[in-house]
Amino acid sequence: MQPTSHAFKAEAERGLFDAALQRALGKARGTFLDRRRQAIARLPEFEALREIARGIKDHTLANLDAYLEIFEANVRTNGGEVHWCANAEEARAVVLSICRRLGARLVTKGKSMIAEEIGLNDFLAAHAITPVETDLGEYIIQLRGEPPSHIIAPAFHLNKEEWAEAFAKHHPGRGARPRTERKELLDEAREVLRERFLAADVGITGANFLIAETGSSVIVTNEGNGDLTQTLPRAHVVLASIEKVVPTLEDVSTILRVLARSATGQDISTYTTFSTGPRRPGDPDGPEEYHVILLDNGRSALVGGEFQDMLRCIRCAACINHCPVYGAVGGHAYGWVYSGPMGAVLTPALIGIERARDLPNASSFCGRCEAVCPMKIPLPRMMRHWREREFERRLTPAASRYGLRAWVFLAKRPALYRLVFGLAARLLARLARGRGRLRSLPLAGGWTLGRDLPAPEGRSFQDLWAARRRAGGG
Amino acid sequence: MAGAREAILNAIRRGLRRGPLDAERRAALERRLVEHPSHLLPAIARHDGAERVRRFVERAEAEFATVARIAGPAAVPGAIAAYLAQRNLPSTAVMAPDQWLERVPWEDEPLLRLRKGRAEADDAVSVTTAFAGIAETGTLMLASGPASPTTLNLLPETHIAVLRESRVVASYEEAWQRLREETGRVGAGLLPRNVMWVTGPSRSADIEQTIELGVHGPRRVHIVLVAEAGEGGDGGGR
Repeated sequence: MQPTSHAFKAEAERGLFDAALQRALGKARGTFLDRRRQAIARLPEFEALREIARGIKDHTLANLDAYLEIFEANVRTNGGEVHWCANAEEARAVVLSICRRLGARLVTKGKSMIAEEIGLNDFLAAHAITPVETDLGEYIIQLRGEPPSHIIAPAFHLNKEEWAEAFAKHHPGRGARPRTERKELLDEAREVLRERFLAADVGITGANFLIAETGSSVIVTNEGNGDLTQTLPRAHVVLASIEKVVPTLEDVSTILRVLARSATGQDISTYTTFSTGPRRPGDPDGPEEYHVILLDNGRSALVGGEFQDMLRCIRCAACINHCPVYGAVGGHAYGWVYSGPMGAVLTPALIGIERARDLPNASSFCGRCEAVCPMKIPLPRMMRHWREREFERRLTPAASRYGLRAWVFLAKRPALYRLVFGLAARLLARLARGRGRLRSLPLAGGWTLGRDLPAPEGRSFQDLWAARRRAGGG
Repeated sequence: MAGAREAILNAIRRGLRRGPLDAERRAALERRLVEHPSHLLPAIARHDGAERVRRFVERAEAEFATVARIAGPAAVPGAIAAYLAQRNLPSTAVMAPDQWLERVPWEDEPLLRLRKGRAEADDAVSVTTAFAGIAETGTLMLASGPASPTTLNLLPETHIAVLRESRVVASYEEAWQRLREETGRVGAGLLPRNVMWVTGPSRSADIEQTIELGVHGPRRVHIVLVAEAGEGGDGGGR
C-alpha cells in the first residue's frame, strides 16, 4: 500500500474528531489491557520467559544468515520451494508467477502484514486474479476498501453497525433483514467465505514463525481461516519476512508462551499450525505445492545497527494496545501497515524517515510500550534514535531546530541561562495572573491549541536549590 | 530471485561485520539444532499423573471444548452417539481411516453412520484421534498423515477427537519429545506435513473485540478421553 505517513498530523487530528472512531477505540482498548493483565497473572514465570524469549531471538539474529540457509535447505528437503525477495516488487512477481502457472483466478488469504506491506491485493486484482481476505477483520476492511488499523485486530476502528452496513451492501440477497447482532454477522461471513475457501486455487498466508530445524512455517489464528486457506487449494504460499526464523521447536514453544498472552490475553490462540512442505505420498488432503517467500524489504539493513532489536518483534501488538497516542488517534493516522510504537520505529526503517518523520515524534515517552513488550524491545530508545537522525538530517522542523540551538547556547552559559529563564518564569507567572495555567502562548499557538501550559510559580529549581544549600542542607 | 539470495545474506553479514560463519561456529549451531535444548518450563507445564489429566480437562473446558471421560475403547461408540443425540446433531460422521479407531466396536451403535476418509464440504461431524493432549493449555495436537486427514479438523461443524489418557502430556516440549521418540526422525524429516495445536472451537473477536465462537473452523470441539491405553500402542493413530 502507498504510505501516507507524511500526513500523520492531519490524519491524527481527523481521528481525534471522528466520533465513530473514538467510540470504537474506547470500547476495545480496555478489553485488551484487562485480558492481558489477567493472562500474565496466571503465569508467574512470565518475566523469566520474556528474558529467555529475547535471548532466543538475539541468538537467532546474530546467526541469521546461517539459520536462513538451514531453513531453506530443510524446506527443499521436504519438497517445498523458497523464494528470496529483496523488495516488494520481487515478492509480488513471485506470487503472480505461481498463480499464473496454476491458472489461478481466485486466491484466498489468511491475515498477513507482509501482504499489506507489498500491496498484494491491488496488484493481484490488477492482474485479473481475485484475492479474498478470510480473516474476518481483514475481510470487512477489504469490503470497505480501507487498510487495517491494527496489526492483530484489523477492524479495531469499526463498530458493529458499520459491519452490518458493509455486509448488507456486499452480500445482496442474504436474509430478508439486515443482520445486526455479532453472532448473526459471523454466521453470514462463515457462509459467504466457506464458498470461497472451497473454490480457491491458491492460498496465501503469512507466518508468525519459520523453524530452521524442521523447515516449517507457523501460523497462529483464532478463526481457523488460515488453516482452511492453506489446506484446501492446490498451492500454499507463505509470505514471511527474514526475521521470522527461529532455530527449533523448543525455541518457538517458549516464544508462543508469551505471544498470545501479550496479544489477546489468551493463554494460547485457538489454532497454532506448523506446516512443512506439500502433501506427502498417501496424504488424503493438503496442498500439492508449498512455497515460502522470504522478504527482506529493508530488514537486512537493520542487522547489526541501532535498530536491530526491532527485528525481535513478534507482532503481538501489546505496545499498540498500551500506547496513549494510538489510543487517541487510532491506527490509520500512522499512514501505513504498522501503527503504534512498533510502527513508529519500523515504518521509518522500511519506507524511509523522510516519508515518516512525524511517527517517532508521536510519543509521550511514557515507556509503557517497552514495559509490556514480550521481547523487551527498547521502543522509546529507538524512537529517540530516529529523532536524532531527523535532527542530523535537518528533517526536524526549523522552529524546533532553532529553538533547540538557542537552548544549547544558553545551557552552556549558566549565568545567562539563569537570567533568561528567571525572567521568562516571572513573565509567564504574571501572564497567568494567578490562574496557574496559560491558555495560549505567543509563538507556540500550535502547542497550546490542545492543552494548557502550567504557569511557573515564580521561583526556579535553581533558586530553590541555592536556598536549600544556604540553609545548610545537602 | 537469484540475485536476491546472495544480496540478502551478504547484507546480513555486513551488518554483523563478518563473512559466512566459520566451520566451528556453524558446527555449534548444528549441534544446538540436534540437541534442541528446552528452556524454562513454567509450573503449569510440569503436572504429572492424574493432576496432568485433570489440568488438561480443566483447561480444555475453559476454552469451550467439551470433554467426556470414559473407561476404555469399548465405550467410544456409546459416548459419541450420546453426545450427538444430546445436542440434536446428525448421527452421520466422517471418520479418520485410523487403525485404532477401526478396532473400536462400532457395531454397538448401529444408528451411527460412519464414512472413512477426508472431510468434504457437507460433512457435519468428524471423528479423529489426536497425537497428544497438552495439559498446559488444554490443547489437542493433531498430526496429519494417511490416517489423519487435516480437513477432518477443519471443515465439519462438529469435531470429535478421541484421545487416550496415556497421550496426555504436560507441556508443548513433552509433545515434541514424544514425536521425536515415536518417529525416530530428526530435522527436515521430523514433522508431518501439518501439525495443528487446537485449543477449543474456532472463534473470533474481530467484531468489537468481543469473543464469539464458531467462525470458520468447527463450532464444537468434543474430546472423548479414554482411560485405558487399549490394545496396540501405535503412534496415536497416525
